[in-house]
Amino acid sequence: MKKGSAVKSRVWLSSPYIVWIIGFTVIPLGVIFKYALTGREGGFSLEYISAIFDPIHLKAMVFSLEIALGCTLFCILLSYPLVLALKHLNLGKQGFTMFILILPMWMNFILRILAWQMILSNNGILNLLLAKLGMEPLQLANTGAAIMIGVVYDYLPYMVLPIFNAVAEIDEDIIEAAKDLGANGFTVFRKIIFPLSVPGLLSGIVMVFVPSMTSFVISDILGGGKLQLIGNIIEQEFTKSANWNLGSGLSVSLMIFVLISMAFTTKNEVEGKGSAIW
Amino acid sequence: MKKRIAGVLLAGMLTGIMICTVGCGEKKAENGSLTVFNYGEYMDPDVLDQFTEETGIEIKYEEALTPEEMYTKYKSGAIEYDLLCSSDYMMQKLIEEGELQEIDAASMEYRENIGDKYWELATAFDPENRYTVPYFWGTLGILYDTTKVSKPVDSWEVLFSGEYAGDIIMQNSMRDTYMVALKYLGYSLNTGEEKELREAQELLLKQKPDVQAYLVDEARDEVVAGNAVMAVVYSGEAYLGNQYNEDLTYVIPKEGSNVWLDAWGISKNCKDPDAAQQFLDFLCREDIAAKNFEYIYYSTPNEAVIESLSEEEKSNEALVPAEDATENCEVCVQAEPEIHDLMNELWKKLKAD
Repeated sequence: MKKGSAVKSRVWLSSPYIVWIIGFTVIPLGVIFKYALTGREGGFSLEYISAIFDPIHLKAMVFSLEIALGCTLFCILLSYPLVLALKHLNLGKQGFTMFILILPMWMNFILRILAWQMILSNNGILNLLLAKLGMEPLQLANTGAAIMIGVVYDYLPYMVLPIFNAVAEIDEDIIEAAKDLGANGFTVFRKIIFPLSVPGLLSGIVMVFVPSMTSFVISDILGGGKLQLIGNIIEQEFTKSANWNLGSGLSVSLMIFVLISMAFTTKNEVEGKGSAIW
Repeated sequence: MKKRIAGVLLAGMLTGIMICTVGCGEKKAENGSLTVFNYGEYMDPDVLDQFTEETGIEIKYEEALTPEEMYTKYKSGAIEYDLLCSSDYMMQKLIEEGELQEIDAASMEYRENIGDKYWELATAFDPENRYTVPYFWGTLGILYDTTKVSKPVDSWEVLFSGEYAGDIIMQNSMRDTYMVALKYLGYSLNTGEEKELREAQELLLKQKPDVQAYLVDEARDEVVAGNAVMAVVYSGEAYLGNQYNEDLTYVIPKEGSNVWLDAWGISKNCKDPDAAQQFLDFLCREDIAAKNFEYIYYSTPNEAVIESLSEEEKSNEALVPAEDATENCEVCVQAEPEIHDLMNELWKKLKAD
């Protein structure tokens, strides 16, 4: 009885969040769906929902997917060595390294991407250094590689942090036991550390894959307007072509796609072990 | 892009401030107020203060970055704008939709300061000069580094010949990019012919591998920094580019180009047209127009201001184009819906290629 009323008052406490969710998630989503399902002449139509199958949009979608998958993969490959190195540092150094990793996130990401533009441009800092070392300049500006560098740089912390949290929780005793039984470093990683870090890895994948799939600012700045992610096309439909229906239709298609890929990831998540970061 | 994001943040902040001033409802100007809608950084802030000081009319100032954004905001009706300044084709659209009210020319003391040539230009979108007052104008041309080209540039051809492959920057804007190709082919930039547009598309597709990037705000900076040899830019940008790097020069290609004209209009919802006209008249006054000119450095249609310029400024093509340089130039007008859709489609294809 007592417990029941406590739950009720707690439900009441959540009302600001319910208002928030309705006002800033549910209603806007409803508006987007309404636009997406309205045809050019008004009235119900699937014209814009199916617009994703137009070759131009499909091409941008595939390119977005390539960037998102590549970014996720690079982030995973960069994260594990860093996390393993961190694990063996003492607590003070660990905190400091994490601080250094997170520090750039305190700055606006557009500024950081503009800095990359300076670094990668034809007469940029990178090519200046290469010239000093007597090497050929690289043509990185305005290419897919530049976009990839940008997204990996931007989203790396979102991969490192959850993996680090998962790895830090692993009991040292288990690892020692494995070593006692003759496992070498690689086997310990393969049989113990990696499987136990999977929940963190999955949250990391979600937090890196989704934003890199849907981003448009990074590709706009580092791609020089020559390469289009699906996000760029959606943005243009709203700001330049004034075709909100098409923009909404593409957004809904993208949302559906992301939901499907997320359903696949979370299905594999170990029950009860999932990090609650997202 | 960075500007747009900054604009969004700014708009958010402004909205917050507006809600407060409306909600608090204490501050009231004695002579009412006007809501003015303009492009970002397109007026000296002192001018607004001075207007309030002189007339007692309070100005609520709103900014947008592109004509399309302006139109979307205006149409959404969330804020009732009294006055707005936008570009030629957008003003045409607003006039055609009946969104603007007539301006009483007789009530404007300083209307004569705007040269006849510019009223003439404005007839492209406002046939009888009844709804708009010219504000600033300029051209689109090529900004290039004189030390890096084999001979002086005078034609759009340099962008298509392949000689400067990888060193060219085009505008990341649909109309401007098609304008370059159409003009080079000898067509009107307001063409209504599908065949001509498709021909322009062929040319641009062929050119794309040679283009370093399609940029808007950064186009000038890339030439200044030496990352590119030439860029298609607006004349105002070219003037500033020349200030940073003396080797840069600006040319309006001989095939002609786009001459753009931004103008002010009074919204049909304006409750106090007299005050609005007072504001427009104020903008035409010599000292005020000069102040704005020194703030923005685009070409001014205000002949009183042009008279007062130094010889050096008068001879600068980017500031005061020569009479014959704009001979083949055209004002961009609103395209027919089918042509507009086709161009959108082609532009998306070009960018996705």
